[in-house]
Amino acid sequence: MQVLQRKQSQRAATPGQPLQKLGQLYRPIYLAEAQARLRSAVESERPWIERLVHFWSNHFAVSADKLAVTGIAGAYEREAIRPHVLGSFTSMLLAVEQHPAMLLYLDNQRSIGPNSRAAALRLRRHSTAGRQPTRADINENLAREALELHTLGVGSGYTQTDVTTFAKVLTGWSVSGGPGDDLANAGRFEFRASWHEPGEKTVFGVRYRQDGLEQGLAVLHTLARHPATATHIATKLARHFVADEPPPGLVARLAHAFLDSDGDLPTVYRALLESEQTWSTEVGKFKTPTDYIVSAYRALQVTDGDERRSFATFELLGQRPWSPGSPAGWPDRTEDWDGAAALYKRVEWAAALAARLGSRRVAADLAPAVLGRRLSERTRLAIGRADSATQALTLLLASPDFMRRPA
Amino acid sequence: MTKKNWNRREFIVSSALTASAVTVPRFAWARAPGEGRLVVIILRGALDGLAAVPPYGDPHYANARGVLALDKPGTTGGVLRLDATFGLHPALGFLHECYHAQQLTVVHAVSTAYRERSHFDGQDVLENGLRRPHEINSGWLNRALDSLSGAATRDAGIALGNNVPLMMRGPARVAAWSPSRLSDVDDDTLQRLADLYADDPVLSRRLADALANDAIATDASADRERVGKREQLAATLQAAAKFLVRREGPRVAVLETRGWDTHANQGADSGQLAQRLRVLDAALREFRFALQEVWEHTAVLLVTEFGRTVAVNGTRGTDHGTGAAAFLAGGAVRGGRTIADWPGLGPKALYQGRDLTPTLDLRAVLKGVLAEQLGVSANVLEREVFTDSRPVAPLRDLIRV
Repeated sequence: MQVLQRKQSQRAATPGQPLQKLGQLYRPIYLAEAQARLRSAVESERPWIERLVHFWSNHFAVSADKLAVTGIAGAYEREAIRPHVLGSFTSMLLAVEQHPAMLLYLDNQRSIGPNSRAAALRLRRHSTAGRQPTRADINENLAREALELHTLGVGSGYTQTDVTTFAKVLTGWSVSGGPGDDLANAGRFEFRASWHEPGEKTVFGVRYRQDGLEQGLAVLHTLARHPATATHIATKLARHFVADEPPPGLVARLAHAFLDSDGDLPTVYRALLESEQTWSTEVGKFKTPTDYIVSAYRALQVTDGDERRSFATFELLGQRPWSPGSPAGWPDRTEDWDGAAALYKRVEWAAALAARLGSRRVAADLAPAVLGRRLSERTRLAIGRADSATQALTLLLASPDFMRRPA
Repeated sequence: MTKKNWNRREFIVSSALTASAVTVPRFAWARAPGEGRLVVIILRGALDGLAAVPPYGDPHYANARGVLALDKPGTTGGVLRLDATFGLHPALGFLHECYHAQQLTVVHAVSTAYRERSHFDGQDVLENGLRRPHEINSGWLNRALDSLSGAATRDAGIALGNNVPLMMRGPARVAAWSPSRLSDVDDDTLQRLADLYADDPVLSRRLADALANDAIATDASADRERVGKREQLAATLQAAAKFLVRREGPRVAVLETRGWDTHANQGADSGQLAQRLRVLDAALREFRFALQEVWEHTAVLLVTEFGRTVAVNGTRGTDHGTGAAAFLAGGAVRGGRTIADWPGLGPKALYQGRDLTPTLDLRAVLKGVLAEQLGVSANVLEREVFTDSRPVAPLRDLIRV
């Protein structure tokens, strides 16, 4: 593995607004995390596992564009996603919804039950001080996205009341580090019992008699095993690895494997890999920018050692690490990625990368090794007739064969 | 970009097009298009219409909005007055000037036909122009372009950004452009790549489109080098202006901006949302200057997927709601008006007890704009563009004659 030359990346912090200062504090961590992620993907001997990590991290998307998440997006993937990729969906779901990155991203850390002890206390304090009381209340963002994006999926039949009730279930799910918290626990999940909306609650037709933290855990357990969740996850996996509109039979098979195994993910992957339909698509998926960059680096056996420059590559090609811009994560259909401008940037980047490597890589030798039976006669000829090593590498990386990937 | 370079690019483009069996020459018009320009800016994440266009004259406004309520017009940080009921957020100074120059129409309590609260489905309906999400894999604006004479022979529309949003996807050919910071790929390599793509209809067309558009907005790209991320919207609008001022350039441009999903610490006259509105307003002001006299023929439509809750939530923000606000600005707009069948903010008036009740279907606005600004016929609007919208009559007199 060759690491392209590292550029000097130290830069003096400049005085500015407090938020900018915080951004400057988080940014080096974010860049280092993004670089570590890139290197594991490029250097791993089990690249499919890395693709799974990226898939799940995108399914349970957080966004580093939110300042509170910038510094911990990498930690989130490492702590809540990666350990469970070969484990159970339920464990991953529980780890995700209790991770500070998710709680902060979807604003649950200050969601307070209107009938909680904390709410009553706040009202009393404000009225003795003679001020207009600000009512403590819920924030329904996490609850909504957990139902819509993380588990059941949109259109599965839950209502606004389910969202609101689930948000009440999740009141008190917060992050330690506020005034009065134990500093040793700062930055970790904290269940604030006095913020929790008391009482039994019914979510999506199931009554939960537990209270406190247990109530939320119980709801998540139920959601993780729901048939709608199984179908939702099966569809997304099949769309990611097989086709934009995956064959219904394949989706049903994966959903079945999911339900039968209680969400044991290796069982679901096995069903995916053993299904004939997985391997029978005619045109492969157009690679996402991340997949394109990683596969190019893997093909050429290089990575960029300069954090800022490798970050700039992701930014330029349209997929900054952990910054999908919405809790739905990055989209996953060809049409979301194959725009003219997006394609041209890949070509530009491929040409620049090829120029840096020059004759140190021989495209004609690499092509069959990298593309195998996908290497078309047309690409092989174009590479053979190129007028320089750089041009040959550019054509390999920009070829239709390399832009797409079969399952 | 030197002229010489442009000519070489043009050569590559036409050769790539020949290869993909699309043989019409680019930038050649069979019939001259109208002068009208339409720019659609999609505000993703659900802009809080009650913050952007506060109904300060509604008797329930201050109470219902709590800490998010803005002060009355004439006070520091107060609402910029439109009329006795509505104002604009104090960060929207340019739009306020437009209003008083009769170049801004504000539409309030408006919504698509979508009544759930998922961003992603909401945006799908906003862009597909139908009643439900995922019913069709094309956008209303593309279908409208497809119906226009001359559209088949050129890129009648352009999407600014890496990829084309659903609103602009569909049968009509559209261009896409976004700024790049890498140096040019040499022309010989591009020529060979065009040959390599010849068997691949999708990639060859994408490459041809990219090469054609790259040349036009290069100056805008250089401008962008100097601006930070915060001004990205402004830079993208500058690039859009470069396309729109060209006589043979596209007549329709679409771009998007994110970050309107203010669930926490939304702020009132200052804060997170105020900052975003300020950036938007400044970008529009610069856009107007960049367009010069073409501004007189331009209508800029700002739309979002839905509104937000009337009441503040537990984290000083707002959650997903229903009724929203939309803006129509530009020299072509018959402005200085607020269009709203105002439902009020009293507790009983709210949709499901929490949201601004929508009283106008957004498609009435979209139909009116397409008809008057681009000349899309009523027949096409009913049959091709907004297929199940017969009861929704287009708004009239949105655009100057």
